[in-house]
Amino acid sequence: MIYLTPRPEHGPNGEGPGAAGHVMSVLDESGRPDPKTDPQLDLALVKRMYVAMARARSIDQRLTRLQRQGRIGFHVGAEGEEAAIVASAAAMRPQDWLFPCYREVAAALWRGLPLQAYIDNMYGNANDLPLGRQMPDHITGRDVHFASVTAPIGTQITQAVGFSWAGKLRQLDQVTGVYFGDGATSANDFHAGMNFAGVYKTPTVFLLRNNGWAISVPSSNQSACERYADKAIGYGIPAVRCDGNDALAVYKVVDSAVRRAAAGGGPTLVELLTYRLGPHTTSDDPTVYRDKGAVTEAEMRDPIPRLRKYLAGKGAWSEADQQRLDEEVAHDLQQAITRAEEAPAPSIESMFEDVYERVPGHLHEQQAECVAGPRAHKRH
Amino acid sequence: MPQMNMVSAIQDGLRLEMAQDERVVVMGEDVGALGGVFRVTAGLQKEFGQERVIDTPLSETGIVGTAIGMALNGLRPVPEIQFGDFIYPAVDQLISEASKYRYRSGGEFACPIVVRVPVGGGIRGGHYHSQSPESMFIHTAGLKVVCPSNPFDAKGLLLAAIRDNDPVLFFEPKRVYRALKTEVPEGDYEVELSSCKIVREGTDVTVLAWGAMLLEALSAAEEVRSKDISAEVIDLRTLWPLDVGVIADSVRKTGRLVVVHEAPKTCGFGSELISLVCEKAFVHLEAPPRRVTGWDTPFPYTLENEYLPLAHRIVPALIETARF
Repeated sequence: MIYLTPRPEHGPNGEGPGAAGHVMSVLDESGRPDPKTDPQLDLALVKRMYVAMARARSIDQRLTRLQRQGRIGFHVGAEGEEAAIVASAAAMRPQDWLFPCYREVAAALWRGLPLQAYIDNMYGNANDLPLGRQMPDHITGRDVHFASVTAPIGTQITQAVGFSWAGKLRQLDQVTGVYFGDGATSANDFHAGMNFAGVYKTPTVFLLRNNGWAISVPSSNQSACERYADKAIGYGIPAVRCDGNDALAVYKVVDSAVRRAAAGGGPTLVELLTYRLGPHTTSDDPTVYRDKGAVTEAEMRDPIPRLRKYLAGKGAWSEADQQRLDEEVAHDLQQAITRAEEAPAPSIESMFEDVYERVPGHLHEQQAECVAGPRAHKRH
Repeated sequence: MPQMNMVSAIQDGLRLEMAQDERVVVMGEDVGALGGVFRVTAGLQKEFGQERVIDTPLSETGIVGTAIGMALNGLRPVPEIQFGDFIYPAVDQLISEASKYRYRSGGEFACPIVVRVPVGGGIRGGHYHSQSPESMFIHTAGLKVVCPSNPFDAKGLLLAAIRDNDPVLFFEPKRVYRALKTEVPEGDYEVELSSCKIVREGTDVTVLAWGAMLLEALSAAEEVRSKDISAEVIDLRTLWPLDVGVIADSVRKTGRLVVVHEAPKTCGFGSELISLVCEKAFVHLEAPPRRVTGWDTPFPYTLENEYLPLAHRIVPALIETARF
């Protein structure tokens, strides 16, 4: 078996046709930056990224408890993947768009989705933007340039390519990022999307969160490709591999891919090497299929303490800051949860709306039947 | 007024809308330089350029998935699926995505795409170039399904579909493509979506048909006239959402119903049409509603005229229903 090795034309960040041999990294496990790769980001930006990552972790932990208490039905957490999600979102510009899988709510929050909108979604109440029509964590965020979350694996990939393609046809200065996991690289739309993007040089950044697992199937069983980034070779798309638990490295490679796309250079596949520390969702039990040892080892590479150490090393983060943040998140969450729990369920009428732009005759009839039905007096 | 066949009428509609709305893009396999395997898009790439008439790679999920993305970003894509029989790789995008985008986003997003799909048999195409897959899309909440039977309706329905803000499956009966010419206005006009048309008035039995089978229904209706049977023929034009009022009124008048379609009988749209008529006009029925459809087999090559519900099969159904 012959694998492609790094080629001379690979750029300084390792980008080039197919995968570069090395994995871009900036921070070591104790948060020390490598002066050769350090992008020297503004500390205020790094601090914002850290806060967003730490908030995401706290939110995940609280939502998991709410699910266990039976107060919400379901949660998809992203523990361990906060750097891959937040730092990639941070590298997108305000006019850019993100097409999510279902594990990137932190990216929408980074882009300005109000916490209350997210928590309302977790409850599927009347204030939920999708009006309780989707499971929790299936948000929508047009105002923050965040497409509607979908559950079928990979379908958002071709859509993101079409979206970015339209931006190019309309001559907009706009790049589209699309998130998906290692499992999605087996799906039809990964192939179709990468292929279309390669042929039409669309301004798309493919954000492959390789977290090691597609529910219970390890990434080693998902593909015979040793490096997922090598898949890009088949589509004539440059790829770069990156330590997905290193926020500074993620920011650096995604920023570079966004700049390249914005300058007309076309798509990039960014493989973010990370690890799903938690279950696939609250419905999953990973103890059935994976060793605790592997998780413990992955916890050593947790992106959050690593970035905290970096900030602390710069004198930009203290224990007091951490305590203040934890208290603030707990307070914000409690307030949002209380409001969400007080909000009513969506109206029965709303179930029949937005199927089409205008409610057609047959749905008017069904709406009337449902509203007059035996449960209609009771909002559950 | 010029005479056009359905291929020219659809092309005329596309050209007109592309000229007056720069958001409209045509995309699909071979639609550019070749003009599509049925030549519906012939000449459009030369006229509007490669950026608006796009030869895509060979992937139906890629075509529909990227069209959805374009629609989300303000364009009005009109993707072509080369044959209805090849639409299945795109079904995930149509059923899980296009149909639900508005609903699942609480109305934040819309997905205005018109997927043009040549359908139906009668062109010696065997089972991979002849199927009529309308039922599965009608069954999916959020999609609109259109199927014209003649050039005039084809252009007017296409213009209405492109201007509609919901995803539309536009089924083009390829047996009709070049089978007849009718007068088609040169300029802009729309045939309203979700509007059936009574194309032949009658008093004894209502016949529902669409696409290529409309002509067969009409010729059967003409044939049974000699037996003193007056058949009322309704062209559905839009299959869903359905203009059910016109159909129910007709059955209240005639008391009898025959539905004709090419797709297989079981769970075909005929089943739904008969259920709707039973719900709305049961007490007016004087005979069991009847289906004349494709058989529950894959679409055959050699025996396609035995498979299709052509006039020779509709006539006995009309007589039996009228004389029940």
